[in-house]
Amino acid sequence: MHIVVSIKQVPDSAQIRVHPVTNTIMRQGVPTIINPYDLFALEEALRLRDAYGGEVTVLTMGPPMAEDCLRKALGYGADRAVLLTDRYFAGSDTLATSFALSQAIAKIGEMFGPPDVVFTGKQTIDGDTAQVGPGIAKRLDLFQLTYVAKIASIDLAAREITVERRCEGGTQKLKSRLPCLITMLEGTNEMRRGSIEDALCAARSRIVKWSAAEAGIEDLTKCGLRGSPTVVKRVFAPTPRSQKAVQIDTAEKTLRDLADELIGAIFTRQPALEPELAFEAA
Amino acid sequence: MSSANPETPRPPAGRAGMKKELPERFRDYRHVWVFIELERGQVHPVSFELLGEGRKLADKLGVQLAGAVLGPPGEATQNAVAEAFAYGADLVYLVEAPLLADYRNEPFAKAMTDLVDTYKPEILLLGATTLGRDLAGSVATTLLTGLTADCTELDVDADGSLAATRPTFGGSLLCTIYTLNYRPQMATVRPRVMPMPQRADRAIGRVIAHKLSLAEDEIVTKVLGFLPDSQSGTANLAYADVVVAGGLGLGGAENLQLVKSLARAIGAEFGCSRPLVQKGWMPADRQIGQTGKTIRPKLYIAAGISGAIQHRVGVEGADLIVAINTDPNAPIFDFAHLGIVTDAVRFLPALIEAFTRRLSPHSRDKLAS
Ligand SMILES: Cc1cc2nc3c(=O)[nH]c(=O)nc-3n(C[C@H](O)[C@H](O)[C@H](O)COP(=O)(O)OP(=O)(O)OC[C@H]3O[C@@H](n4cnc5c(N)ncnc54)[C@H](O)[C@@H]3O)c2cc1C
Repeated sequence: MHIVVSIKQVPDSAQIRVHPVTNTIMRQGVPTIINPYDLFALEEALRLRDAYGGEVTVLTMGPPMAEDCLRKALGYGADRAVLLTDRYFAGSDTLATSFALSQAIAKIGEMFGPPDVVFTGKQTIDGDTAQVGPGIAKRLDLFQLTYVAKIASIDLAAREITVERRCEGGTQKLKSRLPCLITMLEGTNEMRRGSIEDALCAARSRIVKWSAAEAGIEDLTKCGLRGSPTVVKRVFAPTPRSQKAVQIDTAEKTLRDLADELIGAIFTRQPALEPELAFEAA
Repeated sequence: MSSANPETPRPPAGRAGMKKELPERFRDYRHVWVFIELERGQVHPVSFELLGEGRKLADKLGVQLAGAVLGPPGEATQNAVAEAFAYGADLVYLVEAPLLADYRNEPFAKAMTDLVDTYKPEILLLGATTLGRDLAGSVATTLLTGLTADCTELDVDADGSLAATRPTFGGSLLCTIYTLNYRPQMATVRPRVMPMPQRADRAIGRVIAHKLSLAEDEIVTKVLGFLPDSQSGTANLAYADVVVAGGLGLGGAENLQLVKSLARAIGAEFGCSRPLVQKGWMPADRQIGQTGKTIRPKLYIAAGISGAIQHRVGVEGADLIVAINTDPNAPIFDFAHLGIVTDAVRFLPALIEAFTRRLSPHSRDKLAS
């Protein structure tokens, strides 16, 4: 079985700071990581490979330094890594990104065999759109299975797959066909520790690097800024609320008095709430 | 990158700033549509919230507001049509087919793209639910148009372009995104981000029925079953009137009991900040904030939560925010309405006791007299 996992290198957003005066992002020194949601996709892909045999190819689009995240993925046990990197991709929105990635996946298919399953994470932590997975599925005409919590079974001979997917208010059990695109839900598995061999292999492996042309992309107008229908016009800081919280004075009061005072203040501001709460509490 | 500093003049937004004309083929795209999310017989409330937003956009543009209802033939779908009108739609596009009974990407994406290609809306809004996101991504890709996810504000510029504002860079900044040269301009909005508009019983207006040119045997994906969530409470968090939440300041998993007890005492739902989910102290569907649930309760009580921007964006819609925090400089006091600087672990038991006393039948009689 050939499995392609599309991953993204993202800044560790827990460490991003906004400059308090200029409202610009201070990127310097912010470490990069594999998008945490993608790790669930990668682990699931590795499990499928271990169970059914075959190969896992990881793919990312990004600047040359995105090679780091591919090396990490190889360290976890992926068999091959492809870096799609070209200045033509700069400024891609989700539509342009799904175009470039789908072209690269098609090329991967030509060179290393057509994929049976393409995985992505549920979304990224820097874009948060959850749109690239469905975009790839549509462009490559793969059956789209998003928010998958569990792959229940795969029948390679019949080309059938059964999954459980998260949906509003519950879990849907779906039967579909290969090749499909799966976006994996978070918390559904735990990334393995890579083996020593994999770590050595990762360090030694040559990462396949493709420019747009090498990935077989002819129509550059579909890439990067030019290929992006959305335009970011303005970036700004949220307006701070002018009024700060009214503080309940705590000096020399018992907890009981404080609690009564707070409740009094709540019901003074929201008088309709008291009968409602009394009703709910009853 | 421009700043929000009011002194620096903003570059002209929208098309005016681009000096570009809308391509000829999109000129007849008009009106604002809202996808009415119908699943297992129920319309997701986010659809009504979007109709409220869509109404404002349509009025500004001087165009009509339409609901797009996709569902199986029957009462639930007819009811969804009626509700779309009750929440402000001027007309409804309806695709009724048995194969739209359970959500599946293939038939829904096909029905939705067919509708758009035929009736050409300029704006299409969907809820950022699992269903809405699954659908929006494939519809936008098929139509090769722009899609802006998780918007927190929607507006139209003087030239009629949709200005879709969403958090960026982990929520520390906002950005406004346009789809200038493609139609429809698509956007998703998470549940509870927009206020629920007033419902008014209205006669069913114009319904335009559209046939789905797809047969069940052409659809590969089959639904084998559905398992509803066991805890009904979690589904209610986003729509609860009163919410109590705990953060890292509570110190340990054992103290979360205080949050749950308070919630029980006042008939509230309980939630938490993200680190508690990461530590495994609370399930993920209890998380409130940018990457969790957005809430809009009448009362929100936050105990031991610092009020980071990613948490703030999920609770700002609350009518009354009460913060309990030991740090007088905690950011939560910048947007809470009422604050109390005290140790939540010691204070919460007193608060539970005081609420119970105040809300007991005895004191309620006093209230009534
Ligand atoms: C991309 C991204 C997405 C995120 N999404 C979310 C999200 O959806 N929701 C979310 O909540 N966070 C989210 N976060 C995390 C967010 O940035 C904060 O780290 C988090 O909200 C902090 O949680 P906290 O307030 O519980 O903990 P802390 O920030 O550690 O605050 C604890 C607070 O408790 C107070 N305290 C300490 N002891 C006591 C006591 N005894 N009594 C009372 N108060 C006490 C402290 O003064 C402090 O203010 C996200 C972060 C990123 C980068």
